[in-house]
Amino acid sequence: MGKIAIKTKTEQQVMTGSQAVVHSLIAEGVDLIFGYPGGAIMPVYDALYDVEDKLTHILTRHEQGATHAAQGFARATGKVGVCLATSGPGATNLITGIADAQIDSTPLVCITGQVSSNLLGTDAFQETDIIGISMPVTKWNFQVTRAEEIPFALAKAFYIARTGRPGPVLIDITKDAQFENLDFDYKTFNGMRSYVPTPKLNLTKVAEAAGLINSAKKPFVLFGQGVLLAEAEKEFKAFIEKAGLPSAWTIMGLSALDSGHNLNVGMLGMHGNYAPNKLTNKCDVLIAVGMRFDDRVTGDLSRYARQAKVIHLEIDPAEIDKNVKTDVAILGNAKESLSALTELINENEHKDWLAKFRDLEKEEFNKVINEELNPKSELMTMGEVMNKINLHSDQKNIIVTDVGQHQMVACRYAKFKKTRSLITSGGLGTMGFCLPAAIGAKMGRPDAQVIGIIGDGGFQMTIQELGTIFQFKTAVKIVVLNNEFLGMVRQWQELFFEKRYAATTMVNPNFQTIVKGYGIKTKKVEKRENLEEAVKEMLTHEGSYFLEVMVGKENNVFPMIATGASVSEIRLK
Amino acid sequence: MEKKRFTISVFTEDVVGILNRVSIIFTRRKINVESIAASESEIKKIYRYTIVITETENQVKKVVGQLEKQVEVVKAVFHPDEEIVHQEIALYKVKTGVLTSGGNAEKIVRSHNARVLSVETEFTVLEKTGHKEETQQLFDDLKPFGILEFVRSGRVAITKPMKTLSSIVEQLEKLVKN
Repeated sequence: MGKIAIKTKTEQQVMTGSQAVVHSLIAEGVDLIFGYPGGAIMPVYDALYDVEDKLTHILTRHEQGATHAAQGFARATGKVGVCLATSGPGATNLITGIADAQIDSTPLVCITGQVSSNLLGTDAFQETDIIGISMPVTKWNFQVTRAEEIPFALAKAFYIARTGRPGPVLIDITKDAQFENLDFDYKTFNGMRSYVPTPKLNLTKVAEAAGLINSAKKPFVLFGQGVLLAEAEKEFKAFIEKAGLPSAWTIMGLSALDSGHNLNVGMLGMHGNYAPNKLTNKCDVLIAVGMRFDDRVTGDLSRYARQAKVIHLEIDPAEIDKNVKTDVAILGNAKESLSALTELINENEHKDWLAKFRDLEKEEFNKVINEELNPKSELMTMGEVMNKINLHSDQKNIIVTDVGQHQMVACRYAKFKKTRSLITSGGLGTMGFCLPAAIGAKMGRPDAQVIGIIGDGGFQMTIQELGTIFQFKTAVKIVVLNNEFLGMVRQWQELFFEKRYAATTMVNPNFQTIVKGYGIKTKKVEKRENLEEAVKEMLTHEGSYFLEVMVGKENNVFPMIATGASVSEIRLK
Repeated sequence: MEKKRFTISVFTEDVVGILNRVSIIFTRRKINVESIAASESEIKKIYRYTIVITETENQVKKVVGQLEKQVEVVKAVFHPDEEIVHQEIALYKVKTGVLTSGGNAEKIVRSHNARVLSVETEFTVLEKTGHKEETQQLFDDLKPFGILEFVRSGRVAITKPMKTLSSIVEQLEKLVKN
């Protein structure tokens, strides 16, 4: 491909479509992208070669890794994550990450190459209908067949990905459009009539909600990722502090409020804390902030907070009354809604009500937490590993998890003093998420201590991303909590399928040997007496570090709300 | 909650793929679309889809919320039959001989106020517009004489209580400018 000289000092510059792609990214302030080359996207890669000083490309080892890395980057930084892939299998490999980003409201712009426009629909080599395939899992997608569409399509993509309730966007660009010339003139996109990203705040609703909160004897706040996405941590804290509102989090909202805050009453949902689940069915006013009442949070809906008046602060109108019937819905950005609401609520303390949470917390500590963090059993627990990380770090780590038992344990026990510090696959529950997401998080926040917590199952789903760590010297810490089982499925088999352990036993290879091959410092801990030192070594080690801890094979995560049970039926054992 | 018939009107931008975005919302919830009609609305470049489904009001509300959430959907509304004026068109192809043989068929066509669109030596094409029950009645009445071909359009509907589309679009466009 011949290089086209870019005219300077004119408003419009003649360049190729592929050059327009990279210059659009630069114009959007992007300096890091994740991807994997291939035939139909080669012109864009060729254009990248000229802008390496401005736009770093991270070559992951699989396109799924590129999307999860872009997700980790986006979640850690608040910026839009960008990934690049070729047509056909390159594009379809992005789908799991895109679906994950869609359900967890993560802003992504995914760019895929496509066969030339004259070949569309002919089953050409590496042709797949990625627009059709990605439609159910993207906030928006668009196929570019002419170079002149590129700047506008990308400007619109970034706007849609990051505004309102964020989400993934896919732009598919045919190869001929990448080669074609255009007059490049990048203008940021400022909106469209068919898309209202943030509904206008209705002050009447705010006043109604304040009235309910002011007359409440047992108000209870649930908060989710909406607080983080709106960067409303301060406003949220001011809100709950003014009226002394006990507040519990979904795993997507974790780290928006300090773990040690006296109004933080813990984790909601299936493996959440005892008190917030039990007391959901005792509160008189339930205030949900930026969360969507996922079934893993609510348990049986017909027995969920039926006694309470429900206030829902939410940016997405489609979430109102979707799962839980709301008495007062406040649509808008959480930052704005919370500020307005805080002004109208009375100062209060709700001491007796808060004490009820503390009582149940003690019960949970005695029956579950103490044994998990300080086990008397010879077998190590996942909780004690998290506890050691808490003890020997400043608790300002970014914790990234995979999916399963270790995820629940990490969310339950990791302590956070900084916001945007817990990155997990919440809605989709994607095993294999952690390793690439941790890489993306570390690249977005090189200053932070990024620790990936993974099970032995999920680790092997995207294990090839160790190659990315090796190539780019990513100083990420990886903790594999190895129970030689697909632990969460095994737990369910034990509890609900009469211990019939179908296909959950993992015969694992020697992870130490594998990881050493990638030049990463490793340690395996099989006895408790070596755990503390190993954790300390990992936390102080400068580069990447792999810590494998052999934990009890048949440990269970408790408390637990069984499928179909009510939140108040949460079991401690 | 009881299921009943609802007519959903979806107003969209004129873009490739929007029909797919609209239809997968129904597919995902395993809702059968009974009829669908699409055409440009009174505003240029805004398309109107009229979709008929039988569902609970609760479910319809959620579906309409999801439809309106789509980036290129301008507006989505739903109405029960009482709140709309609706119509369908049906075409019937019958042997011309049936109408000229002096039998009952001619009477039937007259009593239904059906129009004759085309007369060929072999066949005649009749047209009737009305509610589904009415076009179905003509179908049933003509059936004994033999129907060579039959087609019925999707429902089109004008809503009684809705704000005008142009006022909605005007409001939305103001939001973008601000």
